[in-house]
Amino acid sequence: MACHDCDLLHRIAAVPEGSTASCCRCGAVLAKPKRDSVERSLALAVAGLVLFVLANSFPFLGFKIQGQIRETLLLTGIRELYLQDMRLVAVLVLITTVLAPLAQLLALIYILLPLKLNRPAPGMFHVFRRLRSIEPWSMMEVFMVGILVSVVKLAKMAHIIPGTAAFCFMALILVLAACLSSLDSHVVWDRWEGHR
Amino acid sequence: MRPAARTAQSSSLLSCGICHLLMRKPPGAADPAGKCPRCGAALHPRKPNSIVRTWALVIAALIFYVPANVLPITKVTSLGATQSDTIMSGVIYFIHSGMWPIALVIFVASVFVPVLKLLILLFLVISVQRRSQWRPKDRTRLYRITEAIGRWSMTDIFVVTILVALVHLGALANIEAQAGAVFFAAVVVITMLAAMSFDPRLIWDVKEPQDECEYPA
Repeated sequence: MACHDCDLLHRIAAVPEGSTASCCRCGAVLAKPKRDSVERSLALAVAGLVLFVLANSFPFLGFKIQGQIRETLLLTGIRELYLQDMRLVAVLVLITTVLAPLAQLLALIYILLPLKLNRPAPGMFHVFRRLRSIEPWSMMEVFMVGILVSVVKLAKMAHIIPGTAAFCFMALILVLAACLSSLDSHVVWDRWEGHR
Repeated sequence: MRPAARTAQSSSLLSCGICHLLMRKPPGAADPAGKCPRCGAALHPRKPNSIVRTWALVIAALIFYVPANVLPITKVTSLGATQSDTIMSGVIYFIHSGMWPIALVIFVASVFVPVLKLLILLFLVISVQRRSQWRPKDRTRLYRITEAIGRWSMTDIFVVTILVALVHLGALANIEAQAGAVFFAAVVVITMLAAMSFDPRLIWDVKEPQDECEYPA
């Protein structure tokens, strides 16, 4: 294979699980096989989907000021931005915190479940390519930092109550990160050899 | 005798940019050289017009960076008093109220990272254009850093989103997003696209690969 960062050709023998093959010229990681990659990623993706539903249906943050309580969903801020004529920003936030993670989870399940049952899904290589290209646009962990900053910012002004969804959201970040890091892309790509 | 290390390009091979399938390049193939038989991605020996695209996006981001920092990103109305905040005034507010860790987070994510990213990309593009041989490994590492940190600049946009959602109590307290937020979001997206359009393999194209590797490729 050719290194994706410097184009140097390598012949990679079977890499043992838990070790890493990297490019000898630029140090890019070429292969990193994982144990039970498909099973673990699939389990985490299903867990992630459940958390995703919870994170988007329960109240996310509550805000209490002088006896008034305002509860918001994850989507409330996006709707407010949209109503304030910040359409582009609203769409961007919607994509990066809701749509991209959802698409990632669905794509992972679509690919991994049939793979586990040894019946590759139609078009799974195309779906996997799309999955790789939306990864940079899924920014839930950045959103988490945003939550922390906002909570500190408002702490003086009012009382902030994290809702059920906020905890689900945090768990979802961890689960999705674990899911993607336990997924070894070679497991998917190598299926191609048998299915031409 | 061991064979000399070679690159895919010098061996008339093509590597798919997404799934890394290695295949023979059809002779006289144009750019793009068709689609990857495995994943369907368009095939390019190098990312198309990498230098020109990166330049264009970096310049666009630099232009948007100005209104993003000059224009207010939020407008706070509290009991009749109105106050507009820019990114920097938010940072200064946190320093004054003694919350310097938060001030640092916002400063790094919203001011420092975008500038750093743009400077690194400029440096990489210029060094590639001047066919520099200087420390390619470190320049590749710089590129990887640029690719990884860009997303964190979105923090401020998310803060605005959350504030707008929560503080919506009519005359008592109300926060609205302002034009600066749009420009800032544009800067973040454009710098991410700029990093994606740069091809780190260009850094290595001026080198002969033989001398660096211990084992044959």
